[in-house]
Amino acid sequence: MTAALPITTTPAQLAAPPRQLGRWRRLPLKAKVGAALLGFFVLAAIIGPMVAPYDPGYQNPAPNLSLAGPSAAHLLGTTQSGQDVLSQLLVGIRLTLELALLVGIIATALSVLVGVTAAFLGGVWDEVLLLLSNVVLVIPALPLLIVLLGYLPRTGQTATILVLAGLGWPWGARVIRAQTLSIRNRDFIAAARETGDHTWRILAFEIVPNQVSLIAANFVNTVLYAIGTSVALAFIGLTNLSSWSLGTMLYWAESQQALQLGAWWWFVPPGLAVALMGTSLVLLNTGIDELGNPRLRDANERPKINGRRLQPTAPTPVLHATFEQPERTPSRVAAFLRSFSREAYLSSPKRSEAGR
Amino acid sequence: MPFIARRLAFYVVALWVAVTANFFIPRAMPGDAVEAVMSKFPDLTPTAYHAIQAMLGVGKAGSLWHQYVSYLGDIVHLNFGISSSEYPAPVSTILGETIPWTLTLVGTATVIAFFLGTVLGILAGWRNGGWADRLLPALMFLQAIPYFFLALILLTVLALNLHVFPIGSGYGQGLVPGWHWDFISSAVYHSLLPAFTIVITSVAGWMLQMRNVMITTIGEDYVLAAQAKGLPNRRIVYTYAARNALLPQLQGFGLALGFVVSGAIIMEIVFSYPGIGLLLVNAVTSDDFPLTQAIFLVITFAVLLANLIVDIVIVLADPRARAREAVR
Repeated sequence: MTAALPITTTPAQLAAPPRQLGRWRRLPLKAKVGAALLGFFVLAAIIGPMVAPYDPGYQNPAPNLSLAGPSAAHLLGTTQSGQDVLSQLLVGIRLTLELALLVGIIATALSVLVGVTAAFLGGVWDEVLLLLSNVVLVIPALPLLIVLLGYLPRTGQTATILVLAGLGWPWGARVIRAQTLSIRNRDFIAAARETGDHTWRILAFEIVPNQVSLIAANFVNTVLYAIGTSVALAFIGLTNLSSWSLGTMLYWAESQQALQLGAWWWFVPPGLAVALMGTSLVLLNTGIDELGNPRLRDANERPKINGRRLQPTAPTPVLHATFEQPERTPSRVAAFLRSFSREAYLSSPKRSEAGR
Repeated sequence: MPFIARRLAFYVVALWVAVTANFFIPRAMPGDAVEAVMSKFPDLTPTAYHAIQAMLGVGKAGSLWHQYVSYLGDIVHLNFGISSSEYPAPVSTILGETIPWTLTLVGTATVIAFFLGTVLGILAGWRNGGWADRLLPALMFLQAIPYFFLALILLTVLALNLHVFPIGSGYGQGLVPGWHWDFISSAVYHSLLPAFTIVITSVAGWMLQMRNVMITTIGEDYVLAAQAKGLPNRRIVYTYAARNALLPQLQGFGLALGFVVSGAIIMEIVFSYPGIGLLLVNAVTSDDFPLTQAIFLVITFAVLLANLIVDIVIVLADPRARAREAVR
């Protein structure tokens, strides 16, 4: 067999499987940057506490270490009481990310459950679930959290996680419900129903896969909300102040006047960490959107014809003709894959039917 | 209008649930309002306990059901009791003094952010890859920064160091609130920086959402048809695409109000702005039950009302929603 391959390639060329490379390269740049940035923070959260040079709570009594600027021994300087800022940061990233991911998972699961169920059952159930979402939604999360955490003993993160998740799902549920409503009237759902699919099957294999990008976006948004809210709560002082999260770092920095004293190395790193974490999530979110909907992509990545970039206003008629018959793929896997494709996203719901 | 009537009914039920939760949550909490008052006046003897209890209305006689019914009656008459932290001021008076601050500042800033973001989103969506689109990453970064962090840094740089803006508070010291020029100009001057921080942190969200819906809308057949007819671009963008893309944006506006409230609370803490958010935090930390409950209700009511208005606007703007609702 080896003899049959005279044009042998170098190991380097063989090492890169072309399909994998293609998939990564086809990802929008925003998603790549976001994923890389988020990966960095996840890595910091995993190994951070292990490589932290000092105990974050250790107060070094040496007088020259009070509010010392960055140095070789303390890469990000020290706080007023001689604590190492870098160690606090590394431990804080884990605690904050941990909380946010847990909140994101719980809340997104609730969102999908409630949103899809409401839209699909319709009628009374829809109204009941929408009412439930509305009720939770109208109780603004932060004031309720302030009230609850103001009275509850401030130990651990469990209470914060549960209340944040318990208040974080209705937003996503309503968006997913709206999307499901618009998908529900499309032809392929009708086709699935005509072929005798069960409701749960339509939900699991037609409705949910068709909004994967929306659900992913919702998860990312919820994580973003959890980071922002938990940090804000800690900043107000309504958290376990003896633990080291990014929020408590900011709380101590603010309450001990880090900014007024010019100790930027104390105040800026945790804030920047939260900001970069948030940015990575937003970028990832936009990237997911663009993966599901190629029209959202940057014009620079769009193909050129005769030196002119195609405008989103000019869909090719050929493409248009193909998605008039989208129901030719009965296979579950094919339907799932198609849900990522341009056609599945671009086919407009039949307005006349929606209004019938 | 069966749709709006139904929405109204929902909001009434939602309000009732919120009121009920509002009644029970503080009662399930540890902490005692009477103790809080007594600790503020060390001269009081323990015998005054019951007197204070009666004054605050927390230890009312009768069953829990009885208390609940009289609580509902009080709310209907806007009688929220007496604040324990700012004793003996009635809660409704304190609320009346603080609500206008929050409503004016946060309301204006939110509306500005909404319109600015929507217009930028239309531009970015229409000319995908154009200058408005290039603004997005920077704006997204601004949005991802913790709000209070950005606000504190701006406050430090612009107010503490450069003295361009005043440091916190709602108006200059020594001014008496009223409808005269000195006070109003001072209040506006003090609100500029807080409003600016709200706008720049929230505009990206509106812009991104509008851009994305806009791009999807532009791909619709009717936009193609409009182009085929040879209509000018301006007309296609605003009358055909943007008008339809605006509906999800409006729904988002209703949903975002809860977050606007949250942002406002933090803003008021950072800037010591005399609004309802700062009041809430102060009320909670001083165990002021009546005030906390009332602030909760006010925020809830405001968000419900705004949602109802959004519903009405959606029905007025979208004939499809009307048609759908007529079928149901």
